[in-house]
Amino acid sequence: MNNLVLIVVLLMMLALVYQIGLVRSRKVAITTSGSKVRLHSRPVYHGVLLAIWTVVPAALIYAIWNFLQPGIIESMVVAQLPPEALAGTDNDLRILLRRITNLSTGFGLTDEALPYELTAAAYMQQLRVTGQTFMFALIASIAAAALVFNWKRIQPELRARNHVERVVRFLLIACSTVAILTTVGIVLSMFGEAMRFFSFVSPMDFFFGTTWNPRFSTIGASGQTGFGMLPLLWGTLMIALIALAIAVPVGLMAAIYLAEYAPSKVRSVAKPVIEVLAGIPTIVYGFFALITVGPFLSTFGATLGLDIRATSALTAGVVMGIMIIPFISSLSDDIITQVPKAMRDGSLGLGATKSETIRKVVLPAALPGIVGAILLAASRAIGETMIVVLAAGNSPVLTANPFDAVSTMTVTIVNQLTGDLDFASPQSLVAFALGLTLFVITLCLNVVALVIVRKYREQYE
Amino acid sequence: MEQPTMGAMQMTFDDKKESKPASGAIKMSARDVKVFYGDAEAIHGVNMDLYENEVVAFIGPSGCGKSTFLRCFNRMNDTIDIARVTGEILLDGQDIHDKKLDVVQLRAQVGMVFQKPNPFPKSIYENIAYGPRLHGLVDNKSDLDEIVETSLQRAGLWKEVKDRLDSPGTGLSGGQQQRLCIARAIAVSPEVILMDEPCSALDPIATSIIEELIDELKGSFTIAIVTHNMQQAARVSDKTAFFHLGDLVEINATREIFTNPQDSRTEDYITGRFG
Repeated sequence: MNNLVLIVVLLMMLALVYQIGLVRSRKVAITTSGSKVRLHSRPVYHGVLLAIWTVVPAALIYAIWNFLQPGIIESMVVAQLPPEALAGTDNDLRILLRRITNLSTGFGLTDEALPYELTAAAYMQQLRVTGQTFMFALIASIAAAALVFNWKRIQPELRARNHVERVVRFLLIACSTVAILTTVGIVLSMFGEAMRFFSFVSPMDFFFGTTWNPRFSTIGASGQTGFGMLPLLWGTLMIALIALAIAVPVGLMAAIYLAEYAPSKVRSVAKPVIEVLAGIPTIVYGFFALITVGPFLSTFGATLGLDIRATSALTAGVVMGIMIIPFISSLSDDIITQVPKAMRDGSLGLGATKSETIRKVVLPAALPGIVGAILLAASRAIGETMIVVLAAGNSPVLTANPFDAVSTMTVTIVNQLTGDLDFASPQSLVAFALGLTLFVITLCLNVVALVIVRKYREQYE
Repeated sequence: MEQPTMGAMQMTFDDKKESKPASGAIKMSARDVKVFYGDAEAIHGVNMDLYENEVVAFIGPSGCGKSTFLRCFNRMNDTIDIARVTGEILLDGQDIHDKKLDVVQLRAQVGMVFQKPNPFPKSIYENIAYGPRLHGLVDNKSDLDEIVETSLQRAGLWKEVKDRLDSPGTGLSGGQQQRLCIARAIAVSPEVILMDEPCSALDPIATSIIEELIDELKGSFTIAIVTHNMQQAARVSDKTAFFHLGDLVEINATREIFTNPQDSRTEDYITGRFG
């Protein structure tokens, strides 16, 4: 049966079960004498509860069955294989089982199948069909039993409403667990791969090496050189600093204007327009850097007698700065607006001018939030990829000159993971080590932001 | 200082005040002052004189415009975009709406204490030092220290905070915070102090401390105070102004207002028939 059809049928049955619960609860509300009893919960809840308790046991059985079935079938197939097939090593057996599985699912083999393989495949296919039939029968009977059992439980005093509440809470917990486990899983897998990388290259060489030149090193388990990440870290930091040097003043002043000076009409237009900047895909910023900003900076530098490359740390930093302006301005604007009016009144009432009030009262009060916004923008800048891929020049050398081409950690990850890959070589594994380092850096930034915000949080009352 | 009596309107008056008449010089006066919020007229042409070393209480039901009118005296209504003030307000005979007059200077002369204590999220010391620094009243640290100390002393807060001037002003209790705000206002040596329901967020004990303070401050300042509490008006003020629906209904010596109101609306309000 087509899965889609199956889902539709199941949903329809679910709706039916819901209706059954609804009708049943209405019925039990009327006693034999014909007078009405007050239900503890409204019929809707009885319907929902009945549907939930019909589905959950069936779904559990389905999950467990699918988890166990392949293993059981395999062992049954192995049990009836002729002795000569079992003569080989464990690895041979695994290959044999895969061949049988491929045969049974109709995937086919590249060479001729042996007779006993064909028998085993047919047997496996037969087992699978039987198993599937059994499973559906079991699920259907479990669901029916659950339906009847819970249908009988529907009584006026059944607290269906509270039961549903508990189920909802469980559902919410399950969803947040998924998010947390995903994060943990990503970190663990990165950590595992990074550890594999460190079995090739010592962490000292990686974290403190000043040369990044992994491509021309000889491939082998030892003697890996050229994996020093300092040039990449420096490139990342330099571009992020240039970006912040542009975005912090511009974004902050834009925020102050929007929050304190702009008439509400201007604000209601200007704020969304600035926020549009955040919605532009970063690859578009990359084009912009490559085609417009880079050549402009280069020509501009030439008139000043400076040698600025079109693709350089400066180009990438400037464009990235433009990209993160809305992060800073929008968040800071929200934070400045939240400073109570009483603060401003107090300052103005003492004879402070508007800008004095902003500088001495409003901004200090908003500072923790603003610092948080800046750090958030910084971690965004450090993790940004497309702009630097296109505009930073991809030259992993340690240079203090912002007019030179540099490379960043994100760019290098892209480079190491594109093209022909051998996931066992340090050349690709280094990407995970870099990714983990990036992750730790942004994590630290966020933690620092949190600590600052908490420590200097100003109590307004 | 008597505590507010419950139930019947049993007014207590401070008889000392009446034995000592106001010194007579007019400090501020309002002539035909109207305030508009957008197109709505909130204050309908009010005339009033504030005399030196005198406490005037503004009373009236909520929304009668007493706070709005108070805020005209230091042009705090300027900070509200849609508010517009017409008419003439004089400080020592000079129009405060005059283009030549600096509103910043005006607010240094006419200080304000707000309904809710609003200390800055800074240390106690910095809260007081804020105004004097802004206006360049001091040249060195020891002068500033002195201003901070005298201001806190005059606000009756010095003894309680002298050992923790560096701790945040927001960590004080509500009543202490309000006295800190009064000290902050005093620190810039104003001539007039406007108080917008300064005790409405405080408990009775903190309220009575502030009331005593107002009595002492009256020796040096002209004070206008908005209050919801009629007993408070009776206790602290020399004159009482009754506002209703944007009109100044009646202004007279406090005892007169409470014992012998001329207008029936005043009588209805003070006897608790509305408001």
